Amino acid sequence: MLTTNLLAKIEGPLARQGLPEFRVGDSVRVHYRIVEGEKERIQVFQGVVLKRHRAGSRSTFTVRKVSFNIGVERIFLQHSPRIDKVEIVSRGIVRRARLFYLRELSGKAARVRDAKDG
Amino acid sequence: MNQNPGIIGTKVGYTQIFDERGEVLRCTVVQAGCVVIGKRTVEKDGYSALILGLGERKEKHTSKPLAGAYKKSGQTPKRIVRELRASVEHVAKFEVGQKLAVDEIFEVGQFVDAQGVSRGRGFTGVMRRWSFAGAVSSHGTHEYFRHGGSIGTNMTPGRTLPNVKMPGHYGDETTSTLNLKIAKLIPEDDLVLILGAVPGSRDGVVTIRGAVKKKNGGKKKA
Repeated sequence: MLTTNLLAKIEGPLARQGLPEFRVGDSVRVHYRIVEGEKERIQVFQGVVLKRHRAGSRSTFTVRKVSFNIGVERIFLQHSPRIDKVEIVSRGIVRRARLFYLRELSGKAARVRDAKDG
Repeated sequence: MNQNPGIIGTKVGYTQIFDERGEVLRCTVVQAGCVVIGKRTVEKDGYSALILGLGERKEKHTSKPLAGAYKKSGQTPKRIVRELRASVEHVAKFEVGQKLAVDEIFEVGQFVDAQGVSRGRGFTGVMRRWSFAGAVSSHGTHEYFRHGGSIGTNMTPGRTLPNVKMPGHYGDETTSTLNLKIAKLIPEDDLVLILGAVPGSRDGVVTIRGAVKKKNGGKKKA
């Protein structure tokens, strides 16, 4: 068998269904399972999707939020079983695929135009 | 000498999988599927080993003496043939013509050693080959940036000592990586997923066997 087919066979079952289709610029709430010793709890990370890296089972997405005036970015593995669910808070209108320019901006300037407002 | 059970296979590529805790495991995928094409026995050869073959070789590309040997043992010609030293008991477990199933040889979590031929880099300078620092790029340096510097003293001893690190051919040599862990076994496709990197190029031939520097061949105690 072709090697690429073999890899696809390994990676195929890992793909997870049921995540909503969100895009760069959307605000999302990521519910992430955190294992602390024996216990497991769910932490919510809310922010703007800066980047989606589409690479099959290795796909990731980056979420940025500003907490206590410090920008925090987190890269999530899209197919990770640790992700409980992803909620879409709002849709954004952006003109780029990567929103790295948000890092340079702060306050009101660091907003993404909401799709609701047109 | 490593006499732990092992397989020969080809590298398929790299990927990542999730374990039951949700952690990511980055693995090298190796396809086995090697067949026992002969045995070495203590009585006849003075040592015990399995002769393994991998992949099919066309009849017309097989020399006549070799083809005759395959015919005698009732096998089709194989592309790659390797001998793996093994204990008498291990050799006795397999018949000629039998395929080595990956889940019979290995177990998940076992430590293994991987041996392959590293990717050839051709003629390489000292910075890449030996991690030399190179020379300063300013302070009047003229056409002397990636050189290795001095290779010895003048009158005493009046020659360059052996084994001084210099540019030259790099890569394409047999390399072993020890104590890698098995992440997953897929017997249906004869696949072994090994945590970390295994020497060699894609489609390169690698030998995977139980770790020589761990107790019990890298396996967990029964």
